[in-house]
Order: sequence, then C-alpha cells, then structure tokens
Amino acid sequence: MANTIRIRAVASGDTTEVQSLIRHPMDSGFVKDSKGQLIPPHHIEVVQFEHGGKVVFTALWGPAVSKDPYLKFSFQGGKKGDDLKVSWVDNKGESDSFVGKIQ
Amino acid sequence: MMFSPDASGRTRRTILKGAIAGGLAGLTLGSFPFPAFADADAKQWPQDAFKQKSEADALKALYGKPAEASDKVSLDAPEIAENGAVVPITVDSSLPNVTGVAILVLENPFTLAAAYKIPEGTKPAVASRLKMAKTTKVVAVVESGGKLYSATKEVKVTVGGCGG
Repeated sequence: MANTIRIRAVASGDTTEVQSLIRHPMDSGFVKDSKGQLIPPHHIEVVQFEHGGKVVFTALWGPAVSKDPYLKFSFQGGKKGDDLKVSWVDNKGESDSFVGKIQ
Repeated sequence: MMFSPDASGRTRRTILKGAIAGGLAGLTLGSFPFPAFADADAKQWPQDAFKQKSEADALKALYGKPAEASDKVSLDAPEIAENGAVVPITVDSSLPNVTGVAILVLENPFTLAAAYKIPEGTKPAVASRLKMAKTTKVVAVVESGGKLYSATKEVKVTVGGCGG
C-alpha cells in the first residue's frame, strides 16, 4: 500500500506547526452507493503524533470527519531535522504510520 | 426462497466479492513493512461517546460532566457551508492547562465529531474538516483544569454531507 500519510511540520522559534493529510475514505455508514446499498462505516478512529518518544497530539475521530482528513496543530519543542512520527488506526483495524522530518 | 436463482446468484457474487477483497487485503499486508500491530492504540477510542445523539450525553460519556459557555473558547466555522461534506472548523482557546478539545455537530446522527487529547506543551488550537448533515449548531468544548468550557456557532449547510 502506498503511503497514506503526508505531513508538513515547520519549526519556528520554540513551536512546531504540523499539518497532516491522510488518504482515507472516512465512510460514515449513512451514505448509500449507486445500487442503494448502505456503505458500511469505515473511518479512522485514532491518529497519534509522536516527537522524541513523547505523544504530542492524539486525535479521536468519529465518522463525521471529512474524507481524506486534514489536521493542523502546533506543539512546543521540536527543531529542524527532528523526526515526527504519525500513525493511525481505523475501525476495521487497518493502520499506517509514517516518520517525517521537521523542516 | 432460499434457493431461488436470485438468492444463489447473490451468494455467488458475494463469495466472488469476498475473494477479491481477500486478495487485495493479502496484497496490502504483503507489501506493508510493519503490519498487524498499530502504533496508534485503537483501545483509547471512546466508542460510547461517539454513539451518543445529544450534546449532554456525548459530553457525559467523554468527560463525565457538562460544559459552560465561555468567551475564552474560540470557534471558527463558516456561516454558510456550500458543501456539508467538507466544512473547515478551527478551535482555539486562551485558557491555561488545556487537556482536551472536542467538537460536536448537534444535528448529525451522532453528535460527537472529533475529540483531541492535548498533552502539556501542545497548543489548544486545532484545525480540521468535518461533515455536516444539514444546517446545525456546532459546539467546541475545551477541557481546562478539569472543567469544560464551550463555544457555539451555527453553520448553514446548503448541501448535506451525510445523506446519499
């Protein structure tokens, strides 16, 4: 599977701003397909961001989060060249993780 | 009725679909460097809270207490959302010691849309995009020092993002 996670983390002063985009259908379970059958729920439940062995942000998502979810937050610490690890798991147990560099 | 051509045809189709899906899953796992165990722990997902249909019940399930309105919570959402499938929402707060942020969309089938855990050192500001079924009130809740504070805003939705 191609990588589903794209992140852009930029350190400025003592804070790092993180933007992430994850490719995922985020099916809510309320939408019907062209045959009128309900598409079962398929959405990310947990996204976790780690920096220097510490969790800096955790997102808990329900089916109301949009397809291909976007997220922006910032944390204190982090400098250029540091690793930032992102991982997600969805309601079907699928998961992915990615390590990006802070710019 | 069970063995009518239609039923058996459907069964066969289901089996075929299953086989294809299974094949794809196999491929996915095969080419995946770190399969099976996820870094993000699915157990911390508050299943109960995401099943609630009212603001009060969702907050009770998530934090165990109600929220009070506060001008120290800022909720940025469009007044009119042309596409309910993608509504940008930004929550920010000037409160100290924030440990959590939650966003609720009151007219959605399940009220709670997203909850964020904010460890020490992370700013209580989050931007993301949500789906909204119809014109609705959106509530941002911030947990600070063990108490809950909220801000509410109405978003007019022209085309819903949840129905088919």
